[in-house]
Amino acid sequence: MAAKKRIKGRTMFQETWHRLLKNKGAVIGMAFLALLVVVAVISPFVFDYETDVIGQNLAMKLQAPNSEHWFGTDEYGRDLFARVMYGARYSLAIGVGSVGFGLIVGTILGSIAGFYGGKADDIIMRGIDIFYSIPNILKAVVIVSLLGTSTINLIIALAISCATNYARIVRASVMTVRDLEYVESSYAMGLPTWKIILRHILPNCLSPIIVQTTLLIGTTIISASSLSFLGIGVPAPAPEWGALLSGGRAHIRGASYICVIPGLAIMFTVLALNLLGDGLRDALDPKLKK
Amino acid sequence: MLKYVVNRLLSLIPVILVTSFMIYWAMSLTEGDPAMMIAGDGASQEMIEQIRHDLGLDQPFLLQYFNYMKGMLVGDMGKSYVTNKDVFATFFQYLPNTLYLGGSAVIIATIVSIPLGIYTAIHQNTWKDTAGMVFALFGTSMPNFWLGLMLIIIFALHLRLFPTGGNFGWKSLVLPAVTVGFGLAALITRITRSSMLDVMRQDYMTTARAKGCSEKRVIYKHGLKNALIPIITAIGLQMSLVITGSVLAETVFSWPGIGRLVYESITRRDIPMVTGSIILCSILMCIINLIVDLVYAFFDPRIKAQYSKKG
Amino acid sequence: MDLVLDIKDLVVHYETEDSDVHAVNGIDIAIGKKRTLGLVGETGAGKTTTALSIMNLVPDPPGVIKNGSIMLDGKDVLKMSDAELEAMRGNDVAMIFQDPMTALNPVMTVGEQIAESLELHQNLKPEEALEKAKEMLKLVGIAESRAYDYPHQFSGGMKQRVVIAIALACSPRLLIADEPTTALDVTIQAQVLELMKDLINNRDMSMLMITHSLGIVAEICDDMAVMYAGRIVEKGTVDDVFNNMRHPYTEGLFNSLPNLKEQGEMLEPIKGLMPDPSDLPPGCAFAPRCPYATASCSEAVPELKAVDGSKTHFVACHAYSRPDFTLRRNKNEQ
Repeated sequence: MAAKKRIKGRTMFQETWHRLLKNKGAVIGMAFLALLVVVAVISPFVFDYETDVIGQNLAMKLQAPNSEHWFGTDEYGRDLFARVMYGARYSLAIGVGSVGFGLIVGTILGSIAGFYGGKADDIIMRGIDIFYSIPNILKAVVIVSLLGTSTINLIIALAISCATNYARIVRASVMTVRDLEYVESSYAMGLPTWKIILRHILPNCLSPIIVQTTLLIGTTIISASSLSFLGIGVPAPAPEWGALLSGGRAHIRGASYICVIPGLAIMFTVLALNLLGDGLRDALDPKLKK
Repeated sequence: MLKYVVNRLLSLIPVILVTSFMIYWAMSLTEGDPAMMIAGDGASQEMIEQIRHDLGLDQPFLLQYFNYMKGMLVGDMGKSYVTNKDVFATFFQYLPNTLYLGGSAVIIATIVSIPLGIYTAIHQNTWKDTAGMVFALFGTSMPNFWLGLMLIIIFALHLRLFPTGGNFGWKSLVLPAVTVGFGLAALITRITRSSMLDVMRQDYMTTARAKGCSEKRVIYKHGLKNALIPIITAIGLQMSLVITGSVLAETVFSWPGIGRLVYESITRRDIPMVTGSIILCSILMCIINLIVDLVYAFFDPRIKAQYSKKG
Repeated sequence: MDLVLDIKDLVVHYETEDSDVHAVNGIDIAIGKKRTLGLVGETGAGKTTTALSIMNLVPDPPGVIKNGSIMLDGKDVLKMSDAELEAMRGNDVAMIFQDPMTALNPVMTVGEQIAESLELHQNLKPEEALEKAKEMLKLVGIAESRAYDYPHQFSGGMKQRVVIAIALACSPRLLIADEPTTALDVTIQAQVLELMKDLINNRDMSMLMITHSLGIVAEICDDMAVMYAGRIVEKGTVDDVFNNMRHPYTEGLFNSLPNLKEQGEMLEPIKGLMPDPSDLPPGCAFAPRCPYATASCSEAVPELKAVDGSKTHFVACHAYSRPDFTLRRNKNEQ
């Protein structure tokens, strides 16, 4: 331990963080995401939900962006700026929620499948393959039809897709590490299985999981907005970005800004997540870059 | 080889059964009482019971499911609540349009992105690489229905080059195909690039150069053929993305395909249509995946050998 | 000029954003007609880089040939145009690589890969080239019918034979073999070496054999050069060096070999490790590990000087500026 202090080394976390900061794209991404989180958190304090976000004012409807309404107003006279800012809450909540649930469930399934192999692996993988064969949107349609249209149900529907994603990755990582010798020696030392998985195997799967998480949040946000656009995602009058675009569609000729701005919000958010994810991938395994 | 194909087709059956069962079961839980809906208000209890009997709704659930699947084999998956037309027939009426759309999107995407991916790999770390990667980044970041809306605004409304929707000849196909294909192109570009970079590091590339092959020959004859294998796998995995994209694009552009069919059935709560469409879609996906696997085997002799031995 | 290959003062660096690796630091190598030269050294000594330079195949970036000339039958490889290089590779010079498992293209049949060489250089039609390819397979001891098989269907030793077949297809004048048997089992090693010996004897071919095994050098080489940290420290005929070695590093290499006759003796490894090629010590690179080193050794890089006026045997060691210096090994044998 004393030796560690004398040598000015860095932990793996610090190394990765240092490399990440060198990546301009990743830094921009992180800055944008930080801004987004701030917006999401303070929105309820800046805007009053009843009046600003969903309160209708038909006299003011369909105004193009001006000094009073920075993003203009929508077809019910609501301030688009307030709705877009408030909408950040939905995207972040759904993105993080779905991916979070999916991560936990998927990791458990993937670890079991990868570690024990055999029958358990077969059953789990077959199940995952079956889910994979149904296109995402249709899966969500079935689940939302079953459970009803609400934000929570949307999160559940998307979480299932995320779980299958993670299960595959974790299974592959676990299978790679399981056969390495240091795991055998852990066995020989008498560690219980769950401890082996938690302490020795999973830390090595961290890199692909971390990278996948940022990218998956992005795809989930896009999926959520797509489903809201189709009307089976977040129920009206919630200002979810996809729902905003759906409402604007009828007015695409006269007030096309409604169709542009919320989409930009989605795109920049996912862009930031992708930049961060790419940066993390490079930072976690610089050998891959060269 | 043939034996392998037959084997794969047979192994699809359990997958299809499980998938369709899950969907059928889930959807059956969503509806109210269909017999009451059909009978309408003020119908007597006997009439409702009669309708229920006619529809086979008084039988045990598994039997209902079994009959349903039996019906699918002869093309009978019930009738739409809304149009009263045959579900099976309606699906296949609209399917060709989606295949056109999806097919065009995949073709456009592949033609654009594979050369682009190769180009950026060869010129790694130059501005050309960066530009290509920026394009790929934006492409995978934007929701494709929004891209559709933007394309309508720019090309249909302002520039008036293409129609805003419907199916009026080849011009109507362009914007929807680009909408579906754009994200796919961005993805394929990234995959092609990283696959090529991987391949270019391999020893057999040096062997080829040492033989006197020109750089061009090394890259295209030796490199690309190996790089294509993971690329095709990846494209295959994205096929469900194409279907998803089609659902959205068809909605935005009012393109008469199965995507729009599903969307409208959902909004109109046309349960039989939704159930039938989703099940048939899943079967379609399985078949597409099988085709992709076969193409993949064609390119990688190691896999081909495995399958030939089995068969 | 009777020299097939004449390398003079070759300097090759690998320049990356983190470091500047001095892989090859001014070497001279000459190979005559029908002669086989063994290039001996440990991993990291710069042997593969030298080999790749001969065909101008050093990956650029990050490799940079800073200096030198490589005369192949009188023409400087480093000054050739792309077209000339492509015509030369595989035709005048051919290379056998170290790892047969990865040297072959997995999606092309073995026959196609041999035939490609022939199509490129001998203007043959694909069918004719394939016929000739089959003959080459027979030559290296593989059934002709296997020309239609893929590399994954062959064992390691057989894959290496295929690589040899590809190399020899166009009857090159110079064959570069980069540790061709290192990745193979010992018994297969012997077979492949035998094969190479036969093939060379029957052709008008010279060979550069890169190896870290003195045994192989003794088996099939006529001349040898010992390389350390990118420089040649001793060179001569195999006779010269085996029986009359001069350089302390060479002595160290031979001492590291277990001696059957004197069983029970301790192995004598060379102390220390090869220096980091991006941070070479000043003066003689071997000085930090050399049992005979003096302070003056670290002042200047020693030049190759003739041993006892020999025309073939050279050594680069400051110690020989002292007239009475001999290696311990030579002392014992006197």
